[in-house]
Amino acid sequence: MEDLDNLKATELTLGLPGIDAPEKPSPASATGSNKRSNEECCLPAAKKQVVGWPPVRSYRMNSIRVRKMEAEDSTGIYVKVGMDGAPYLRKVDLRVYKDYKELMEALNDMFKCFSLGGAEGHEESGYAITYEDKDGDWMLVGDVPWEMFISSCKRMRIMKGSEARGLSSST
Amino acid sequence: MTYFPEEVVEHIFDFLSSHRDRNIVSTVCKAWYRVERLSRRSVFVGNCYAVRPGRVMARFPGTKCLSVKGKPHFADFNLVPHDWGGFALPWIEAAARGCPGLEELRLKRMVVSDESLELLARSFPNFKALVLVSCEGFSTDGLAAIATHCRGLRELDLQENEVEDHGRQWLSCFPDSCTSLESLNFACLKGEVNAGALERLVARCVNLRSLKLNRAISVESLARILVRTPHLVELGTGSFTVEHRAEAYQRLIHAFRKCKSLKSLSGFWDVAPRCLQSIYSICPNLTVLNLSYAPAIQGADLVKLIRHCFKLQKLWVLDCIGDKGLAVVASTCKELQELRVFPSDIYGTGTAAVTEEGLVAISSGCSKLNSLLYFCHQMTNAALITVAKNCPHFTRFRLCILDPGKPDPDTNQPLDEGFGAIVRSCNDLRRLSLSGLLTDTVFLYIGEYAARLEMLSIAFAGDSDKGMVYVLNGCKNLRKLEIRDSPFGDAALLENVGKYETMRSLWMSSCDVTLGGCKALAAKMPRLNVEVINDRVESDEMEENPSDMHKVEKMYVYRTLAGARNDAPEFVDIL
Repeated sequence: MEDLDNLKATELTLGLPGIDAPEKPSPASATGSNKRSNEECCLPAAKKQVVGWPPVRSYRMNSIRVRKMEAEDSTGIYVKVGMDGAPYLRKVDLRVYKDYKELMEALNDMFKCFSLGGAEGHEESGYAITYEDKDGDWMLVGDVPWEMFISSCKRMRIMKGSEARGLSSST
Repeated sequence: MTYFPEEVVEHIFDFLSSHRDRNIVSTVCKAWYRVERLSRRSVFVGNCYAVRPGRVMARFPGTKCLSVKGKPHFADFNLVPHDWGGFALPWIEAAARGCPGLEELRLKRMVVSDESLELLARSFPNFKALVLVSCEGFSTDGLAAIATHCRGLRELDLQENEVEDHGRQWLSCFPDSCTSLESLNFACLKGEVNAGALERLVARCVNLRSLKLNRAISVESLARILVRTPHLVELGTGSFTVEHRAEAYQRLIHAFRKCKSLKSLSGFWDVAPRCLQSIYSICPNLTVLNLSYAPAIQGADLVKLIRHCFKLQKLWVLDCIGDKGLAVVASTCKELQELRVFPSDIYGTGTAAVTEEGLVAISSGCSKLNSLLYFCHQMTNAALITVAKNCPHFTRFRLCILDPGKPDPDTNQPLDEGFGAIVRSCNDLRRLSLSGLLTDTVFLYIGEYAARLEMLSIAFAGDSDKGMVYVLNGCKNLRKLEIRDSPFGDAALLENVGKYETMRSLWMSSCDVTLGGCKALAAKMPRLNVEVINDRVESDEMEENPSDMHKVEKMYVYRTLAGARNDAPEFVDIL
């Protein structure tokens, strides 16, 4: 501890000795049930937000937020889905589904003609649904939160049989 | 002391256009007071709680144009709780009773219900113009009532309001007999409108000069509209989403070529940069250009566009124009008087979009600049001193450095000297907003030099009570003072209590003022309303009698003839 104190004393700064760097102001308290403040919760945690700063009219702020969300929503995330033994691949737009359950149902529908089998649990019929992530690794679908999955999934593959057994989780 | 008959005095008063002049002549003597009040046609109420509506109508029975403002300015930034007040209904009711000849109503930052719009629509047979700015509380049903009942409506101008969408039929409520519209602005509406009804409406309103469409209007519709309104002077384009290869785009270009009177453009919400070429033919005539809602247009495309706009007087852009883009503005737009640069990336770290360099470039190229709103990542004293020298004509100077309390990055000094140069050089400065690291010294300069200053906005600035006192004692024309997150306490608040009766209002939030200080102020000055606005969260937990030492989170003080208002919500204490 003493060493750290000495270090600070010899530290070079631009200010006059004895002047500390100006402290960042702490965020003001919440505005309570302000109708427009429900957008505050969408702000990224990394940046400390001060209420009502920068001083931009809420109408304009709201329109920027809406735009940001739209920009993120509008581009579909189309990924190829292949199934072992199927003669051709399919493409799905991951934005269309809101969670894994919907995705599974859709895949079941798409591939049932290739005897994907029962609607319940791919592990019963010996299939595992996997995806290739940004790093090029093949991962089991379902481990990570949905949002994270759709942002990292590049393509999907429905593996069957012996290959699948090793990967199947007991979810 | 009237040597002239009253009609002559009244005729002389006709030449007085400003409210302030008319207010002053009315205090000369009883006779002049009487003549003035009966002949006043335009009434401006800067604070809706400063006077009772009935009293205004009683004093000025001949009112034709009424302007009322409601919530304090910081309500724009979510600092005022939602149901604080500012209701339009009492004003409309009083006008309906006392001034049925009302023709124009302008409201800013007020809560306007559908009920009040319906009352408005039915109460004034000569009603011609409704302007609502930053208001809320109404829906398209209220607009339908206006469209249906206001025969002879000339102007419906909705600027940045929060309007609930109850369907698209309101526009169809303008009867076929309505041909009087000169100005229609519904840009802030989120919902769709009946495009066919709109096209027919603009076609039959031959005097239409200003039309601002909302985002839901397609480019196809825009092209059809423009063909019917070749005399438009102001246009808000709607979304402007179009493929540049599409036939609709070609039709749009043709339509624009016919509009030889266009001087003002805004909108462009979703425009693809390539499609900006369609307006190049209009640019040389433009005096007003608002691209601040068009984040898709980046610096290079903006620059290409602006190179055509050499008559521009007013420009609103996003900071993605960059310092280089501002340099192009400086070399092209020699007539520029007003510039607003808004932040485009509020949450991300992003790249530094504009800095002091852009502002210095503007100041050296645009010597006529008198109004500035500039959001930037950093500012230096040297830059501000240069700007002050280049542009001594500023009447409005609002600088917002996005990082609160940030010093001059070159010297690590506060920006006192920079702002000091601005107030020293700009003798006509009426409005000033400060930011960056600032000590009491900047307030010393402001108090000493900003003689004409009427409105001052302070955030995260100052060291001690002295700062606020310099301003209160120095700026003799100060009308509105708003302060947040600054270390000013009771001593400053109570130093010059008489000053507040010469001002419209004082706002202080997240400062060091205590409940005791507020009570003392209220006790000394009975003609002020001292409002203590408590946060909902806190007030649930607060005891019945909070101590006087308790710091007040938000305080709003204003002079008033009306006494404590009776519509205050429970989280507002009027001391």
